[in-house]
Amino acid sequence: MARAHAPARKALTTALAWTAGLLIFFPILWTVLTSFKTEAEAIADPPLFLFFDWTLENYAVVQERSDYMRFLWNSTIIAGGSTLLGVLIAVPAAWSMAFVPSKRTKDILLWMLSTKMLPAVGVLYPIYLIFIELGLLDTRVGLTVVVMLINLPIIVWMLYTYFREIPGEILEAARMDGADLRSEILHVLAPMALPGIASTVLLNVILAWNEAFWTLNLTAVDAAPLTAFIASYSSPEGLFFAKLSAASTMAIAPILILGWFSQKQLVRGLTFGAVK
Amino acid sequence: MHFRNAACAAAALSLFAAGGAMAETLTIATVNNGDMIRMQGLTADFTAKTGHEVEWVILEENVLRQRVTTDISTKGGQFDIMTIGMYETPIWARNGWLVALDDLSPDYDVDDLLPAIRNGLSLDGTLYAAPFYGESSMIMYRTDLMEAAGLTMPEAPSWDFVAEAARKMTDRENGVYGICLRGKAGWGENMAFLTAMSNSFGARWFDMEWRPQFDTPQWKKTLTFYLDLMNEAGPPGASSNGFNENLSLFQQGKCGMWIDATVAASFVTNPKESTVHDKVGFALAPDAGLGKRSNWLWAWALAIPTGTKKEAAARQFIEWATSKAYLELVAAKEGWPNVPPGTRASLYANPEYAKVPFAEMTLKSINSADPLNPTVDPVPYVGVQFVAIPEFAGIATEVGQEFSAALAGQQTAEEALAKAQALTEDAMEAAGYR
Amino acid sequence: MATRHSRAAARMMMAPAVVLLLGWMLVPLTMTLWFSFRRYLPMRGGDLGWAGFDNYVRFVTSSTFWPSIQATLIIVGGVLVVTVVLGVLLALLLDQPLWGQGIVRILVIAPFFVMPTVSALVWKNMFMDPVNGLFAHLWRFFGAEPVAWMSEASLQSIIMIVSWQWLPFATLILLTAIQSLDREQLEAAEMDGAGPLSRFAHIILPHLSRAVTVVILIQTIFLLSVFAEIFVTTQGSFGTRTLTYLIYQRVLESQNVGLGSAGGVYAIILANIVAIFLMRIVGKNLDA
Repeated sequence: MARAHAPARKALTTALAWTAGLLIFFPILWTVLTSFKTEAEAIADPPLFLFFDWTLENYAVVQERSDYMRFLWNSTIIAGGSTLLGVLIAVPAAWSMAFVPSKRTKDILLWMLSTKMLPAVGVLYPIYLIFIELGLLDTRVGLTVVVMLINLPIIVWMLYTYFREIPGEILEAARMDGADLRSEILHVLAPMALPGIASTVLLNVILAWNEAFWTLNLTAVDAAPLTAFIASYSSPEGLFFAKLSAASTMAIAPILILGWFSQKQLVRGLTFGAVK
Repeated sequence: MHFRNAACAAAALSLFAAGGAMAETLTIATVNNGDMIRMQGLTADFTAKTGHEVEWVILEENVLRQRVTTDISTKGGQFDIMTIGMYETPIWARNGWLVALDDLSPDYDVDDLLPAIRNGLSLDGTLYAAPFYGESSMIMYRTDLMEAAGLTMPEAPSWDFVAEAARKMTDRENGVYGICLRGKAGWGENMAFLTAMSNSFGARWFDMEWRPQFDTPQWKKTLTFYLDLMNEAGPPGASSNGFNENLSLFQQGKCGMWIDATVAASFVTNPKESTVHDKVGFALAPDAGLGKRSNWLWAWALAIPTGTKKEAAARQFIEWATSKAYLELVAAKEGWPNVPPGTRASLYANPEYAKVPFAEMTLKSINSADPLNPTVDPVPYVGVQFVAIPEFAGIATEVGQEFSAALAGQQTAEEALAKAQALTEDAMEAAGYR
Repeated sequence: MATRHSRAAARMMMAPAVVLLLGWMLVPLTMTLWFSFRRYLPMRGGDLGWAGFDNYVRFVTSSTFWPSIQATLIIVGGVLVVTVVLGVLLALLLDQPLWGQGIVRILVIAPFFVMPTVSALVWKNMFMDPVNGLFAHLWRFFGAEPVAWMSEASLQSIIMIVSWQWLPFATLILLTAIQSLDREQLEAAEMDGAGPLSRFAHIILPHLSRAVTVVILIQTIFLLSVFAEIFVTTQGSFGTRTLTYLIYQRVLESQNVGLGSAGGVYAIILANIVAIFLMRIVGKNLDA
């Protein structure tokens, strides 16, 4: 019975889903479109969608004012570095929590998550003072470590929930065959854990890329990432929608493209144990 | 002409000699206003003259303030030069955080700085920050709309005239609003305007015993006048409008009058940005017949935090960026209307600059502001649109949020004033004033 | 199964993460606690001595404290409701057979990649600006008076902006959960004459409960400290001053680090109350 209606129904759900998808995506599309307009066209009423004089002027102005590549490079280093470091620390921790659980495992896990709720601004002065002591202000190393620590609880938890779904029997079997800890991890666990690790890495790169409090407050020049780049284009004097759009597009494009290309990997492991 | 070139060369030489042979890289934090972005664009001139390189950290005003305040109060040493305002300068100088800008080179001609601006950036007679541009506030109005309303703007109007004109100019059908005023909460946004306005109505922030004065009839009159005016003749959503929002409204021809910073004059008369550039007139900020006008005084200035290792190079930069030669450099590249205004008497004596339509009114406005005697009744503080105590920014932003909520119609003037009074008393007690 | 050897190894492996997080938490926490008992005013010369419980008392008795708790809970609650409800609906929709599923999914997850500052700036200026914003154009097109979003509907606007950012996350988790649903069970129910609504209420929703709790837990962790969206849009006015924002005002605008630190301690307490509450629920699900 249901089969007979299938094509009509599929058309309907397709229409609905596309409408929803386009609505959700529209702000990004609008930003990208606006970045190719002149400032006057950007605020025109009625709004201009596709028929305006496409111009690259805004990008030229933004590039002339700020060295985009340097901000991009810093963002890449900080997001990549903090993710790499975080995963290196989190994998062993999550592995041991998942396969050698003790009574306190869950408490430790919950405690780790609760550290994530410390309001950043409350500890701005303490952290700033520590950074001065250690000479870490405006260094990529300092920022990488801070961003890594902020996201570490999420990484550990995500990996833990993923590892838990790997059946213990496989490990038992491997041990029976005389595998030691290292080969257990390398040959048995790694292939099964890889999708989970991949999506953890991706999620963390996104979170680190978008972190906007510490990356702005602990940097000046050498380590300033794209969040600082954006801060020089928000509400200047005069008309600014087009230039703001160009700067915004430049700030989000790399991570958006990465996200789209790797969305399958991201989705595969992004369950947090929600799926039984 | 020859003489000027020779003078420039001599200045360059002396700058170079003072710096020695060491080429440094200066880190300069500044705000993303048009004049500063122009300065960034002219960095090459400084580098050519001195050999020093510059790294710019250009941030939105609120982010900048948060960034430099954290850094200076913890002695983080991230910046060699900071862009700060007239409010911060005396407070930071008193804490010993700024390098005194005495013994500037003779070419710099420090006595050429406008006295009001120079006093505002000094503590006990010593200059601690060099003004990059200075401003007061004035009325910018549309001459065509004023004429259509059958009125003539006097040079020094009263609040009653402004209110009448605003009501007559309003044409909501066509998206024209008689008056655009700041409504966005913030000590540097709506409270700058309202504090200056309250001075003209005889109100003040504190009496001589530091008792908050929001429970006085003068404040009530100020706030109700402002709210009534904005409700009848202001644009929609005025409670989110700050300087930038009002600027873009005015440039699009949506405001009949706008009372705001004198520096806005060069933007609204700029044919490239403004649709009404040839229909703008200027007048002094209004008064209420009590002897004080409602204009403020502000300067964005460059200061050197103590502890920087590049003090000599930083001084060179400050001398370069706030010199007469810099004004000429900008004039040569962008025309006289675009030079940073309001810092030097010589600029206003220059016949070239006198042709700029807003030059005279800007100077008059700046000269009529008196930070040392800002109010009708005596006050224990310095500052026209601010109170130069460290607690002010926090208090005024919260008070500004109450007034902004009143403008949005979420509470009455009485409620807003009562809350303002309570929270100011609370904060002053916490700071140990009473 | 776990031998003493592997237990020791497990502890070794856990150590770096635990030690690091312990440091990350304890060092600033200790400093915050210390400052909260001091009269620390950077603008007045720094640490001016012992303050006892003054800062704590002052922070709570301030007229801004309870409204800030309320604003925090409204924003967190509002975003959770919006993202979970819309997330379930979107997940159900995307689970149906449709043309171009891959592209639709890409469109739906895109907001998740946008940094909060950028999304707040774009929404505030290009959409919600009462004069030049797209919504204002739209309203005028239909002859309505444009809404001044940031003042007249401030909390709703912020909830909307934050929800837009988190909807993709909720949708993805819920979609994965729906896809793991036993199809035969659904078909059997259909055979038995259960309508779509009753199938949703009795089979799909119970199946999703675990995913929903996960979404709530993760989002709450991030939402309690929402800052950029408020900083960029309303700066805490019009009732949008959350606890995090209030602390920001105390520390950076009023330059009263002692008072702000006391606020920080309260925020940690609030976060832990919420956390314990959430862990109770999620904890059960984690065991299951």
